[in-house]
Amino acid sequence: MNQLPDPTRLSCPLPVLDHETVQLAHGAGGRLSADLMEKLILPRFHSPELAALEDQAVLDLPPGRIAFSTDTFVVSPIFFPGGDIGDLAVNGTVNDVAMSGARVEALSVGLVLEEGLPLADLHRILCSMETAARAAGVRIVTGDTKVVDQGSCDRIFINTSGLGVIPAGVSLSPRHIRPGDAVLVSGTLADHGMAVLTTREKLGFASEIRSDTAALNGLIAQLLAACPATRALRDPTRGGVATTLNEFASAAQVGIKLDDEAIPVRPAVRGACEVLGIDPLYVANEGKLVAVVPAEHADQALAALRDHPAGKDAVRIGEIVTQHPALVSLRTALGVERVVDMPVGEQLPRIC
Amino acid sequence: MKHLAEFRDPELARRLLDEIHAAVTRPWVIMEICGGQTHAIMRHGLDQLLPPEITLVHGPGCPVCVTPLETIDRALAIAARPEVIFTSFGDMLRVPGSSEDLFGVKSRGGDVRMVYSPLDALELARQNPDREVVFLAVGFETTAPGNALALRQAAHEGVTNYSQLASHVLVPPAMRAILSAPTNRVQGFLAAGHVCAVMGWEEYEPLAADFGVPIVPTGFEPVDILDGILKTVQLLESGKPGVANRYLRAVRRQGNPAARAVMTEVYRVGDRKWRGIGVIPDSGLLIRDQLAKFDAERKFAVTDISPCEPAVCLSGQILQGLKKPDECPVFGTDCTPTSPFGATMVSGEGACAAYYRYARKGLS
Repeated sequence: MNQLPDPTRLSCPLPVLDHETVQLAHGAGGRLSADLMEKLILPRFHSPELAALEDQAVLDLPPGRIAFSTDTFVVSPIFFPGGDIGDLAVNGTVNDVAMSGARVEALSVGLVLEEGLPLADLHRILCSMETAARAAGVRIVTGDTKVVDQGSCDRIFINTSGLGVIPAGVSLSPRHIRPGDAVLVSGTLADHGMAVLTTREKLGFASEIRSDTAALNGLIAQLLAACPATRALRDPTRGGVATTLNEFASAAQVGIKLDDEAIPVRPAVRGACEVLGIDPLYVANEGKLVAVVPAEHADQALAALRDHPAGKDAVRIGEIVTQHPALVSLRTALGVERVVDMPVGEQLPRIC
Repeated sequence: MKHLAEFRDPELARRLLDEIHAAVTRPWVIMEICGGQTHAIMRHGLDQLLPPEITLVHGPGCPVCVTPLETIDRALAIAARPEVIFTSFGDMLRVPGSSEDLFGVKSRGGDVRMVYSPLDALELARQNPDREVVFLAVGFETTAPGNALALRQAAHEGVTNYSQLASHVLVPPAMRAILSAPTNRVQGFLAAGHVCAVMGWEEYEPLAADFGVPIVPTGFEPVDILDGILKTVQLLESGKPGVANRYLRAVRRQGNPAARAVMTEVYRVGDRKWRGIGVIPDSGLLIRDQLAKFDAERKFAVTDISPCEPAVCLSGQILQGLKKPDECPVFGTDCTPTSPFGATMVSGEGACAAYYRYARKGLS
C-alpha cells in the first residue's frame, strides 16, 4: 500500500537513535531502555505525573463516582486508512470511560513491543497517541514498556486503562431504557471494521473507506448538557450496532424496532459489505455511539449531536417497544419485520 | 448503491407482488435452488408477502451444506499435517466435521488460513516452496471456473507444492434427483442466477421437458426474486413448462464459454456424494487424471475416515424441499448456529441458519 505522507510527522520528527529497530535490550532496564523512554516515549506524553517517573501516578480527582475501564489493542494491520493502533488505543478507552457519562481524567499506557519493530513505526504510533490524547483533552499519567522475542507478539500490542469521574446526577444504564424511547446513532456505521478488513485482506478495492476512530467524550458532554434525560450510551465496537442493541434489549427486557431505511452507511462501505456478504449492522465502529433517549427529547438530542463534528451525521434509527422483549427487529424497505440477532462468532465472507 | 438500489426498489417490488397475487389461483410449491436466494428471501421478508397459495421450499444450492462430511474430515486430517498450509474460503472454516472444525485444527497449531480467491492460495504456494499449500475447492458451477483457473495456472508454472481438495458439485443432476424422488413436491424452480451466468440455461431444457416443470433463472435481489416467482407462477398457471430466463443482465443462453472451457480442461464429471442426500450420479467435478499431482485427495493418503452424522438432523430432507427448517424438532432448541447439528445450520447460506437468523421467533 502506498503510505500517504503523515502530516503529524512534520511536527513530530523521529529523534536520532542508535538502532533502527526495537532490541530486546530496549526492555531490559539499562541504557537502551532509558534512551527509549527519554527520547521516544516521554516527549510524546508530557504530563506532570508521568514526568515524575515514579512507579505510580498520584492523582487529585474531583469528587464523584469513578468510572474505570481497560482495553487491549492488537489490531492488524497496525496502520490503516484513517488511523493506527495508537490513536485507536487512546480513543477506544476514552470512549469506554466516557459512555458512563464520566469526564475522562487520565489514561495509562502499556506497550508490548516485538523485537525488530522499526523504531520509526513505534515513533509514528506514539505521535498519533499524543495527537489523540490532546484532541480528547486527556492526560497519559502512567505507563509501562515490555519487549518480547520476535514471534511472541505481532509487532506491537497496546493496553490502555482510563479513569473518569461521573458528575453528580448523571446515571446512564440500559436498565433505564423504557418503551417509547428513541434509538439514535451518532453517524455512519461500519467504517472502522471495513477499513481494517479491506486493508488487511489486500482486497484490491480502490477504497475510500477510512476508519472512524475518534474520541467521543466531547460529543457526550454536549449531548448530556442538551439532554440530561439520556437513558443509556454505548460505543458499538466489536459486533457492531446489532450486538449493542441486543445487549440493551436484553438488559432492559424491552423490544427494539429498527427502520432499515434510516440506518446510515456510506455508499463505499455498503458496497464493500455487499461484495463480501457482510451486514454493516455487525461491523465494528470506533468513533460512533448509540444513544437511547426519551422520545420527547429526541430532537434536541439529535440537534446536540449534529452540532459536534463527531456527530454531524447523527440520525434516529429506531424505537423501544413493549413487544418481543429482549429481541431486536428491523423493518425492511418492503415493510416486513425480521430479526436482528446476536452475531455468532466472527462474520465470515461467504464463498459465492 | 449503483445497480443495486433499483433491484431493491420497494415500489417495483410491491407492483410485482400485486401481479403475483393476481396471477395465482391455486397452491404451488416452488423451490429456489440457491442458498443466496434463500438468504435474500428471509432477509427481506419476501416469504411473508407472498399469497398463501405459494410455498417456497429451499434447495440444495448451499455449497457448505452439501459438502460431505468425509470431505470435511479429510480436510481436517490434511490441515493438521505440519508441512501443510491449508487454505479455504471463510465459511468452510466453521463447518464441523465428525470431531471438530478447521478453527479447531488451527487452535492446535495447524496452519489454516482464510483466503478470498484460489489465486491467493497459489500465491502462498509460490512464496512458500518448502510447504505444501492445499486449497479446499468446494462450490457449484459458480466457483469451479476460478478454482480451475488457479489449478491450471499452477500446472502451467509447475508450482508442484499446490494442490486442491476438490468437492465441486453440479446443479442439474441434483434437480433431476429431486424431481425423480417419489416424495417430490416441487412444481417449479427458481434457478440460481450465478450458476446460469457460467453455464447458461440450455442444460435445463431437458429437465423442464422431462418433468414438465417451469425453470426460471433469476437473481438475488428482492425485485429479481419476485420477478422470478411471478414468471414461474404464470408458467405454472398456464400449464406451460419450459425455461424462461429472468436474470437478463447476467445470463446468456450459452453462459460464459471461456469459464466453461477452463472447467472442462481441469475437471471431469463424475459421481459425487451430497451431504444429507447421498450419491448423485454425474453430479460432481473431479480433477482430471493428468493433473493428479495437484489433487490433494491423491497426494495425501488419508485413511481412517469414518464420518458420523447426528441421526436427528433433517438437513437432507430440507435440502430436497421435503421439509422446512422450522418443522425440525431440534430447530432453534438443541440445534442453533453455536451448536449446529447439520450443515444447513452452520452456513450463512443454509436454510436453517437463515430461518434462525431472520425469522426464529414470532414478531408482531
